[in-house]
Amino acid sequence: MIPPSATAHAGPRVTRPPGALVIEIEDVTKLYKMGAETIHALRGVTLKIHRNEYLAIMGPSGSGKSTLMNMLGCLDTPTAGRYEFNRKNVATMLDDELADIRNREIGFVFQTFNLLPRSDALHNVELPLIYAGLGKAGRIEKAQRALVNVGLGERMGHKPNELSGGQRQRVAIARALVNDPSIILADEPTGNLDSKTGEEIMALFEQLYAQGNTIIVVTHEEDIARHARRIVRLRDGLIESDRAVE
Amino acid sequence: MLFGEIFRLAFASLTANKLRSSLTVLGIAVGVFSVIGVMTLINGMRSSIETGLNVLGANSFQITKFPPINFSDPWTRFRNRRDINSPQAERFKELMGDAAKVNLQINRNGLTVNVRERKTNPNVRLWGTDENYVTAFNFDVALGRNLGAEDVEHGRPVCLLGDEVVQKVFPDEDALGKLIRIGGQNYTVVGVLASKGTAFGGSPDNIVLTPITRFLAVYGRSWRSIGLNVQAPSQAELAETQERAIGMMRLVRGLAPEDANDFEVFSNESLIEAFNNIADIVAAGALIISAIALLASGVGVMNIMLVSVTERTKEIGIRKSIGAKKINILMQFLAEAVALSLIGGLVGVAFGVGGGNLVAFLMNTEITFPWLWTGIGLGVCGGIGVVFGLYPAWKAASLDPIEALRYE
Repeated sequence: MIPPSATAHAGPRVTRPPGALVIEIEDVTKLYKMGAETIHALRGVTLKIHRNEYLAIMGPSGSGKSTLMNMLGCLDTPTAGRYEFNRKNVATMLDDELADIRNREIGFVFQTFNLLPRSDALHNVELPLIYAGLGKAGRIEKAQRALVNVGLGERMGHKPNELSGGQRQRVAIARALVNDPSIILADEPTGNLDSKTGEEIMALFEQLYAQGNTIIVVTHEEDIARHARRIVRLRDGLIESDRAVE
Repeated sequence: MLFGEIFRLAFASLTANKLRSSLTVLGIAVGVFSVIGVMTLINGMRSSIETGLNVLGANSFQITKFPPINFSDPWTRFRNRRDINSPQAERFKELMGDAAKVNLQINRNGLTVNVRERKTNPNVRLWGTDENYVTAFNFDVALGRNLGAEDVEHGRPVCLLGDEVVQKVFPDEDALGKLIRIGGQNYTVVGVLASKGTAFGGSPDNIVLTPITRFLAVYGRSWRSIGLNVQAPSQAELAETQERAIGMMRLVRGLAPEDANDFEVFSNESLIEAFNNIADIVAAGALIISAIALLASGVGVMNIMLVSVTERTKEIGIRKSIGAKKINILMQFLAEAVALSLIGGLVGVAFGVGGGNLVAFLMNTEITFPWLWTGIGLGVCGGIGVVFGLYPAWKAASLDPIEALRYE
């Protein structure tokens, strides 16, 4: 384990060998009906993501990357095609089953942090564990450990409005990590941060990757995407390119 | 998710909107207050009535021109009845003979008793009656003697004083043999009644008893109807005695067989029953009003919850994205609605029991705690929370997580 550090810069760039298959998407399409018009957000996407990968999904607005992210995050299901998460068919799951996958397997990091404003950092991080049905003592312990891991051991009792943007995003990352998910899904994680703070957050992702987490970052910024080991580019609802980063 | 967790969360979000929550709570509280207040008061009155109206012994009944409590029959039914006059009353007493003790009574309220410079407030009741009054109303003669048949026969200006009158006009002297003045007439005190304490609707001790013949001589015979109290020898013979009394009364009144009784016969039980009928109607009225008030406040709860769900769309999205199931969100908002209603219910019960008992206390009746109605009230409040909270909670639970997350 690399010791936690709030201002860690990307150290020597390690690339971990990919592990077991986590996500398998095959020929997935997604249609939206907007009045009389039908929008093809995804037109047949095939993608495999393994454990220990650090992946960036890129594309201009309207390319379908938000739709793909929602689908990968089990917030949405495909209109057609196959989606297996840890060898389980997600495409036909009911709302509550999807909620369970989100709770146990996926850690979300949002552009706007999406913390509960009236709850302190500790409670925000504790929240997924509440829905996982953990007892109070276990929750507190795990949440504290997650906060220490992102360098916020001293800020547990602070509410979001008492924290800086970077600190809020660290709380959100701690919340994403707390339930030991299979993947961390970050949607424009630096979009609301200045570039220096953004770099710190990307350094934290680097550190989490090195610790053995699987990370998917959705972004339209080339600089951010380059932190990943693999970049998937979308255009008009199709995968345009899928290559490793040297 | 544990119940404690859910309710802790509910209280946290209710306290985040204190003014809004307390206004909703107030609505519920008013509805519960009205029913609990009235029920507390009626409960108090009921138990007081049962002891306080127990003036008639268990084996006695009363015959009067008009019913003492009437709530169902039109006044026209009684309006043209003839008075029960003195010859009728005396004839009735004579006819009943040894079968029962008959007590003739007539009274006048609002009188002042004067003894030299001392006087009572103008609220003394003067009874024109006979030797059987004391037993009919369970009094004891504390000092001196009871009225006698001879006093009545000769219309002697003698009297017995109730305890309260004695306290007022003879606070530290012996009343026996003294003269008192009521309405310009002198009466000699021959006896003093033992105190019976307070009862519903005033003191039974604030009275003066004088022979009925004296009373009628002073206040006139016309326009007066005499009340008849009949004591059966035992409770077993009550029904029989009552039959007999009705027969005698019809004879005395000269009624033909086809005529209906032109007098009322009632006992303790029928008095309590008559009161209970009124109490039931008042209670039913209070219940209907409360039901409407609670319905209105239930709509208030629903309204507030709908606003709350809309305001917290983003929060719902966040919770769903990190794994909250439908039931978690549903329970969270339902718990909030139920908590609102139950707090309202508790406030209503507190003020209702307090207010009802305050009025009961002022009316000199018993202090009670209406457990049953408190239970029903809180149960109904919980029900209102569930019923009116269900739609907003369901709405919250059914939000699409993507849409909800995007909501600003």
